[in-house]
This record gives sequence, structure tokens and C-alpha cells, in this order.
Amino acid sequence: MSKAIIKVSELRKDYHVGEMTVHALRGVDMEIYEGDFAAIMGTSGSGKSTMLNILGCLDKPTYGEYQLDGVNMGTMNKNQLAGLRNNKLGFIFQSYNLLPRTTALENVELPLFYNSKVKTKERKERAMHALEQVGLADRMDHMPNQLSGGQQQRVAIARSLVNDPVVILADEATGNLDTRTSYEIMELFQRLNDNGKTIVFVTHESDIARFMKRNIVFRDGRIQKESAVSDRFNATQLIEALPVDEDYES
Amino acid sequence: MNYANLTKIATTALKRNKFRAILTMLGIIIGVGSVIAMLSIGESSKQSIREEMSDMGTNMIFVMPGQQRRGGVMMGNSNTKTLTLKDIEALRKEAKNITEVSPQVSTSGQAVNGNNNWPTTIYGVDAPYLDIRKYELEDGRIFTDKEIKSLAKVCIVGQTVVENVFNDNVDPIGQTIRFGGIPLKVIGVLKEKGENGMGMDQDDMILAPYTSVQRRMLAITHIQSIYASAVSEEQSDAAIEEIETILRRQHKLKEGDDDDFQVRSQAEMVEMVSSVTDMLTLLLGAVAGISLLVGGIGIMNIMFVSVTERTKEIGLRMSVGGRGFDIMMQFLIEAVMLSILGGIIGIIFGTALSYLASFALDMPFVVDTQAVGLSFLVCSVIGIFFGWYPARKAANLDPIDAVRHE
Ligand SMILES: Nc1ncnc2c1ncn2[C@@H]1O[C@H](COP(=O)(O)OP(=O)(O)O)[C@@H](O)[C@H]1O
Ligand SMILES: [Mg+2]
Repeated sequence: MSKAIIKVSELRKDYHVGEMTVHALRGVDMEIYEGDFAAIMGTSGSGKSTMLNILGCLDKPTYGEYQLDGVNMGTMNKNQLAGLRNNKLGFIFQSYNLLPRTTALENVELPLFYNSKVKTKERKERAMHALEQVGLADRMDHMPNQLSGGQQQRVAIARSLVNDPVVILADEATGNLDTRTSYEIMELFQRLNDNGKTIVFVTHESDIARFMKRNIVFRDGRIQKESAVSDRFNATQLIEALPVDEDYES
Repeated sequence: MNYANLTKIATTALKRNKFRAILTMLGIIIGVGSVIAMLSIGESSKQSIREEMSDMGTNMIFVMPGQQRRGGVMMGNSNTKTLTLKDIEALRKEAKNITEVSPQVSTSGQAVNGNNNWPTTIYGVDAPYLDIRKYELEDGRIFTDKEIKSLAKVCIVGQTVVENVFNDNVDPIGQTIRFGGIPLKVIGVLKEKGENGMGMDQDDMILAPYTSVQRRMLAITHIQSIYASAVSEEQSDAAIEEIETILRRQHKLKEGDDDDFQVRSQAEMVEMVSSVTDMLTLLLGAVAGISLLVGGIGIMNIMFVSVTERTKEIGLRMSVGGRGFDIMMQFLIEAVMLSILGGIIGIIFGTALSYLASFALDMPFVVDTQAVGLSFLVCSVIGIFFGWYPARKAANLDPIDAVRHE
């Protein structure tokens, strides 16, 4: 495969809760390549989210090394980490995390607000373009509460795309959605990946994991198994195959 | 992150919660409003009192008999017989800093004309009295020297007396008023002067030659007070000193003896009244300032609530690249905008209030521009001061904890 965008080695994360220490990650070595579409799988509590939060520079490891796009995270201070989140990373949450009472367009603009190089006009154009990519150009003036769950997640995806990140990190991005909407979201991710986006996607659902190119299975804070997906799902085909009576409004 | 963006974010946040923003600003609005109103009303009442007092003549100096007690309590009264006509003569001859002098003796009684009857005061004065006290004749003439020397039974009447003693359409000139049983021929009518600063009717009076009042009505030889005009307002102090020196010599007071009279100038009175109103204004302003402080605490309170409530939003902003400093500035700008906006509304509110007050109290309408500028400054400082701690709390949140916050 091509160049490694993410490289972690011996990554550990301990949480201290009262007297007890929880070892959420117990030494993880992992690489994500340019153009990769990797699922991080595993049962609940296996350390998937902890891993993704560290990859997303939202959290710091207790021990170990993390290199993102050639930059060593261990040497970065808080503000530099914020800069990295702003320039190199796109994060998608299970619960969308859109700003309430704020239009779809303004939600998508948000990361660019924190980039002083981007002027107002460019910010609007780029946000508009990102919304077009997720098929919501006509909903730019809608508030989150005027959008369905699937549409809200699309807005969140557009927000993660708007700064043209080197990698998109998604944590159970389909966790709150029904099957059809999940497939539609996966269709979007597959298209983004086909266009060259690197994506790391956390899920505990094995059928969702089959939309990706590669599966990394976590167990008790360690990687249990790593494998390429041999019989990969094509989301577009699956949606067409869904029974018609399930075809309710999206 | 530039400030235009931060300001936009803060504006949007405020717009999203308009009602709360207004409630938060209320403290500042009331605080600034009352500071502005108090200072403006204070300033305008000071001006109005000054105007009233200069209507009475800022060059005016008056001398009362009696001593001034320690601590400033006035002891003088009309029964103290230390002032005499000789004093007047001496002043007239020797004092260089005064232009005019007049004695004054007065007594109250009923003014009677036909069936009309009016309780008023008669002032026995010399001709320059009108100039000194800024009275003007509407009709008729002032006493002649001859009338004064001859204890003439003549008088000049004020408008209130005219209204109450004479029937409508009767020309008072040439009519006769009985006062204390003595018939006085009206030779002049004063122009209306209205109320003075203390609400006293300045038209409710009769002027007569001091000789007539002294001898015919009071049967005394001393005088009750002396009125004089300083050459100018600036020379008031010099005039006071001069008068004191002359009177002490006249009264044969030795060095170390207390004065047996008191000299006051109108300029001095204006100063005194001004300093009293200044103090009152300051006091009211301070009380209003406290409410401004309470308003600031209100802002801090709401900003804390806001930070807690929007922890998830803060986490999200951090996760898309917001630095601690950006977050802090966002909340700080929000606080400053709240307080400045509140300040602006407060200034409008306070100005409106002082306009209404000046209208209701019939005083000049003054906007204390200094107070307006100061309020503006104070509001910004309050916003920064009380917004600082909540904003820092927001900035120090851990991104992952914040974004996970429920
Ligand atoms: N903030 C935290 N404080 C204490 N323990 C935590 C915290 N976050 C996660 N953990 C623990 O770390 C382990 C891994 O959690 P997580 O990464 O969220 O798992 P997953 O996303 O795979 O369900 C769990 O045992 C969880 O209880
Ligand atoms: Mg998880």
C-alpha cells in the first residue's frame, strides 16, 4: 500500500477512576494508509472510541507514539493540537453534534471560522461545496431540528469535509440511524473514499464493517485481528436490493 | 481566528437567546440608566439653582447682625441691634469694592384695600435696593430722597399683592393700601419675578422707604440687615473683607473680638448650594453605581450558566480546531457585548428619564456627556471583569470531556 498517514506504536491509555485504573488501551500498533477505508471493530468497551479520540487529537495517550501525516503528536502543545484538528482532521460523532438553532450552512462553516486564512467569501463557498458533496445543497438554510437524523449526519460529514482533512474519523456514525439511512451514509462514505479520502470508521456492527476495505478488531484494549475485507458490500447495490415496503421517507 | 469571526459567533449566540440576553442586560440597563439619570438630574438641578440664584444677583452681598457660632450655626436674628444707619453711611463713603448699599427693615402684617385683605411682608429699603436685588419696576417710580427723608407714606407693590389687594381693572398706582393701620400711597408696581430656588414667592411683598417702616411701624432706630452690590462677582470676596473691616471699626471691636455681624455673598451661597447638590449627586450616583455592580455580577452569573450549558458546544468547537484562547475570547466578547449593549440601552433609558424629570420638575435638560462616556467605559470594564472568569473556565475545558458532556 501507499504512504502511511497515521502511525501509532505501543499506544496505551489508562483512566483513573477513584482507586481503580482502567486500561482502555494496552499497547496498540497500527497504521492507516493514504486512501485507506478502515473499520475499527470490537465489542463495547474494547477501546475503540478511546483509540479514535487519540487519533483525533482530542485526547492524549498515557504512553506510546502517534504520528499524523509525518508529525509527532507527543511534541505538540494544546494550541498546536487544535491547529491539527482544524487542518488535518475531520471528526464525525455518533450523535451528530450540530450546533442547535444554527443553519446547516453555518454548521458546516464552523471549522473554517477557526482558520484565519479563510475569508468570509471562501468560507461560504467551501461550506456550500461540502453540502453539495453530501447532497444537501437545498437544505443549507435548515436548522438541525428541521432535518432528519440521516440529513443531520450528512451535515456533520460535510462539516468534517470542509477543511479538506487528510483523514476522516467517524465514531459509530451510523449508530443512531435505521438500516436504509445507514446504507445511504455508507454509500456517501464509499464515494468519498473512491474519490481518495482516507477514512477510519469505528463500528461494533459487523455488517457495517463490510462496507470498508479493511477491518481492525479491538478486544480489551488490544488489536485482536486485522484483515482485508474480501467480499465487500457495495452500498448502492444494497440500497436497490432493499425491500420496497421499507422504502419510507429518508 | 480573527475578531470579526469571534464577534459574529458571539452575536449569533446572543441572538439565539434573545430573551435571556435582555434579562441579563437588565441589571446593566438599570444600573447605567440610574447613574445617567442621577448625574443628569443632579447637574440640571444645580444649573437651575444657579440660574435662580443669579436671578437674585450674583454680586449681591448681605450683612446680618449677630455672631456666628462655632460649627457654622447662624445665630443672627432681627432682634440683634448691632447694625445702624451709621454703618450704611460708612460703607457708602469708604467701601471701594461695592457700588450700592441699602438698609432693610421688615415686618409682616395685613395689607388692606377696601374689602380686600392680604397677609404679606413690608420691606423698608432705600432706592438702590431694587438694583441690588434685581427687581424691576413695571410701572410707576421709585422713592425719592425727599420721600425717604420725610418718612413718606408711599410704597411699591409686588404682583402677588396687586392681584390680591386690588380689584381687576384697577390701576394700583395712586391707590392707597393700609398696612399696620398706616395708609400708604402706591407709587410703583414691580415686575413679576416668580418663585426663587426655595419655592418662595418673590412677588409677595411691599417696598416702602426704610425710614417709614423703621419709625412709623417698628419704632426702632437700628436696621435689620444691609444689602449691597459688589463691583463684580469676582470682587465679592474683596468686598466682604472690606465690609468686615469697616463694620468692625464702626462697632469698635478689638482684635480678638468676634464679629457681631455676618457678611455673606450670593456668590458664596451659590458655591455652598452647588457643593451640597454636588455631594447629593455624588451620593445618588454612588448608589446607582452599586446597582451597576450588581448588574455586572448578574452578567457573570449568566455567563457561568451559559458556559456550563454550552459545554458540549465548546467541546465541538474545540474538536473542529477552536483553541482555548478562541473560546475564551468568544465568551469574553459575549460578556462585553452584553454589558455594552446594556450600557447603550441604559444611556438611552437614563437620558429619557432625566428628560422626563427635567420636564416634570421644570428644570433645564442637561445630558452629562462625561457621565455617558464614563458609563461606556465602566460597562466595557464590567464586561471584561465579570466575563473573564467564566470565559477562562470555558477555555480550560478539556476537549474530550467537553464534547462528551451530556
Ligand atoms: N473518561 C473515562 N473515564 C474512565 N474510564 C473510561 C473513560 N472513557 C472510557 N473509559 C473506559 O475505557 C474502556 C474503553 O472505552 P471506550 O473506548 O469508550 O470503548 P468502546 O468505544 O469500544 O465501547 C471502557 O472500559 C470504559 O469504561
Ligand atoms: Mg465507543
